[in-house]
Amino acid sequence: MEKMSHMDPNTVVVEMKEIVKRFGNFTANDHINLKVHKGEVHAILGENGAGKSTLMNVLYGLYKPTEGDIYINGEKTDIHSPKHAIELGIGMVHQHFMLIQPFTVTDNIILGVEPRKGIVVDKKLARQKVLEISEKYGMAVDPDAKIEDISVGMQQRVEILKVLYRGADTLILDEPTASLTPQEIDELMEIIKNLTADGKSIILITHKLKEIKACADNCTIIRLGKYIDTVKVGEVTENDLAAMMVGRNVNFKVEKKEQEAGKLALSIKDLHAKDYRGVEILKGLSLDVHEGEIVGLAGVDGNGQTELVEILTGLKKAESGEITMAGTDIFNKTPKETFEAGVSSIPADRQKHGLVLEFSVADNLILQHFEEAPFSKNGILSKKAIADNASQLVEKYDIRPPHCENRPAKTLSGGNQQKVIIAREVTNDKELLIAVNPTRGLDVGAIEFVHKYIVEQRNKGRAILLVSFELDEIMSLSDRIEVIFDGQITGSVSGKDANEKELGFLMAGGKNHE
Amino acid sequence: MNKKTSILHSNFLYTIIAILIGFIIGAIFLVWAGVSPMEAYFKILDSVISKPKNIITTLAYAAPVILTGLSVAFSFRTGVFNIGAEGQFVVGTLAAALIGIFVDVPAVIHIPLCIIAAAAAGALWSLVCGVMKVKRGIHEVLSFIMFNWIAYYLSNYVVNIEGVKKESGGEATKDLLDSARLIVDGNNCAIFIAVVLAVITWVIIEKTTLGYKLKAVGFNKFSAQYAGIDSGKSILTALAISGALAGIGGAVQVMGMGGRVAQFASQEGYGFEGITVALIGASNPLGVIFAGIFYGAMKFGGSKLTMIHAPSEIINIIMGCVVIFIAIAHVFKALFLSIGKKKEAN
Repeated sequence: MEKMSHMDPNTVVVEMKEIVKRFGNFTANDHINLKVHKGEVHAILGENGAGKSTLMNVLYGLYKPTEGDIYINGEKTDIHSPKHAIELGIGMVHQHFMLIQPFTVTDNIILGVEPRKGIVVDKKLARQKVLEISEKYGMAVDPDAKIEDISVGMQQRVEILKVLYRGADTLILDEPTASLTPQEIDELMEIIKNLTADGKSIILITHKLKEIKACADNCTIIRLGKYIDTVKVGEVTENDLAAMMVGRNVNFKVEKKEQEAGKLALSIKDLHAKDYRGVEILKGLSLDVHEGEIVGLAGVDGNGQTELVEILTGLKKAESGEITMAGTDIFNKTPKETFEAGVSSIPADRQKHGLVLEFSVADNLILQHFEEAPFSKNGILSKKAIADNASQLVEKYDIRPPHCENRPAKTLSGGNQQKVIIAREVTNDKELLIAVNPTRGLDVGAIEFVHKYIVEQRNKGRAILLVSFELDEIMSLSDRIEVIFDGQITGSVSGKDANEKELGFLMAGGKNHE
Repeated sequence: MNKKTSILHSNFLYTIIAILIGFIIGAIFLVWAGVSPMEAYFKILDSVISKPKNIITTLAYAAPVILTGLSVAFSFRTGVFNIGAEGQFVVGTLAAALIGIFVDVPAVIHIPLCIIAAAAAGALWSLVCGVMKVKRGIHEVLSFIMFNWIAYYLSNYVVNIEGVKKESGGEATKDLLDSARLIVDGNNCAIFIAVVLAVITWVIIEKTTLGYKLKAVGFNKFSAQYAGIDSGKSILTALAISGALAGIGGAVQVMGMGGRVAQFASQEGYGFEGITVALIGASNPLGVIFAGIFYGAMKFGGSKLTMIHAPSEIINIIMGCVVIFIAIAHVFKALFLSIGKKKEAN
């Protein structure tokens, strides 16, 4: 991605000096410095829970800093509320959108600051103003569409427009790409460029190094609440950034020895299925996964991946076809039957499918095995066996905070929740592991951890089906990549030879078998 | 600081606060009615604890509401809302009464038989709604409320059938045979059944794989399914157990107190009182024992209020306020915690 800086190094718009924020005896921010210039994209990098959001909430007037000063346009300012922050030209786009679903795009943007004609809202003027701003920055939105009908990418543009409409000069974007597709991410990068060209400043909170390299001028790194450094992005590598973020060297290149695939584990033949609306979504899909190989299923979301995984794990019924697992028929069987036949999985939605959030970590670790010895005997749970199992796995998989066995799973960070699932599924030791977007929303340290375990399973001779929207992940892990498009496998490439361009072509419906 | 915070986090504190507020609001109404609150509250306390006989009566009042409280608490813990405990209680009463009247066997067999019949009737009544929920997605709250009324009219119909109805007139069934009564030396001992079942319920929820399974489905149906648990079957099991508990509540009521089933003029409310008891007991079966005894004491003591010319309805006002304040306990919690935090910061 080409990069052009619009930063004006002589004009500082936001400066935070030696910010300390304590909650009780916990220090979330420990003397943090931040300097943002006009037209700059300034990334704030840190692991989950490092204190990025706290710092931004201080800037946005949600928290009062325990110590330290904030200067806006060179003037020392005490920001006492989000309203005040907005008046000072600071706008925040939250990771989870705050839009009213049945309202139109225009209604959402003007909410609270409606232009009036007498006592009624001047909708025509509002609509026109919205269109003006959206055109100025190249943000295509339909001002009359309802939020519930538009894509996630467009909802995010509405959030950005909302902030711009209120006259923001500095925009805080909190994990803006977390829920976007790769195309939408490209579009967002373009929008950021247009905004900085107009003299707006962007504070980008993220843990995705690639995006920082693609669009940021400077990057401030925070680790465990402490200020580490501010670096010029052009002068450092992704590896440098990652090392500063986690405090040690991170291995991006997944270590993987050459290995011959073993005997057939999962075999799918001519699978047909309908989606929830009754439209055919899998149209004769066939796929084999052997022992000791990682098969990456690449594809744009919505081409049948979700349904395929649901069918394989017994959550959804298919129309026709054949599925066998190590010779056992698992076509349209229950989740329990498929599990017993050897299918384990890391589900896409860890909170909806992977965990019972109200249960303790220990109870979550036995979700498939609570009826078996040693965890229960004659229908009575053995608290000791459950606790022993948990303390062992919590330690082995470094699930944090330490000794969290009895805490409800909902109190853990996303990365650690994922570790709970991985600990459980890896321990299940089934012939096949289906991993769906296993690193979504995780920081590099946790990603490295997850990848390591997936490869370790393969080396032990397990069959792995990796379904991911992250092409990098597919390419670095897979021994073989199968491309799914419109409910069929449309192409197959060996993991070694894969390149992004060819995969992109296949994922868009191209064929490689001419 | 940790000790203080843990007290501020505990539900027990907020239950006590809610009960105190309930009494304060009750006092306001008593003053309004021209009765000294001190006198009224002393009367309640006095009538409950002054004589051993009264304590036993209080426990007799407590037994049925402990059981409907257990029924509702069990449903809360397993992610369904059994608002149909009222109807299950009524069919339980009816089943126990019919066995108690028409089957003539020794007490050792007769009492368990009545209780099992009541449990089966309550479970069945609840299961019908459960099947409609699982198979057709009909919300259990709607069907339960309708089934409460069906049970009500069914009971009134059965009471008036020739042969069931008391011969000497009166709108009630014949009396249960002595072998089916839960009375020893003139004392109602239903409380023992209630306490034993509370302990069993606690064991099921906390210690067994069944409880684990039912709770998993209650908290997150999708994860439970993913892990291979049959969620439909679990919901039905939970509802059947919950219904059986309410049915047994009906059995101990008729076998201990009434001795016969009278024609209803209005819903008796044991099932709805169970909701109150479950809430006060924080849906913990052991907590429900104490909440049920508290409710029993209020009911029994309250019935004596007329002796000092105080309206006994005041009890309903107090209990209603307690429930409201328990329901909004999180507001107090947030308030206290923020005050606590501010103090700490200074």
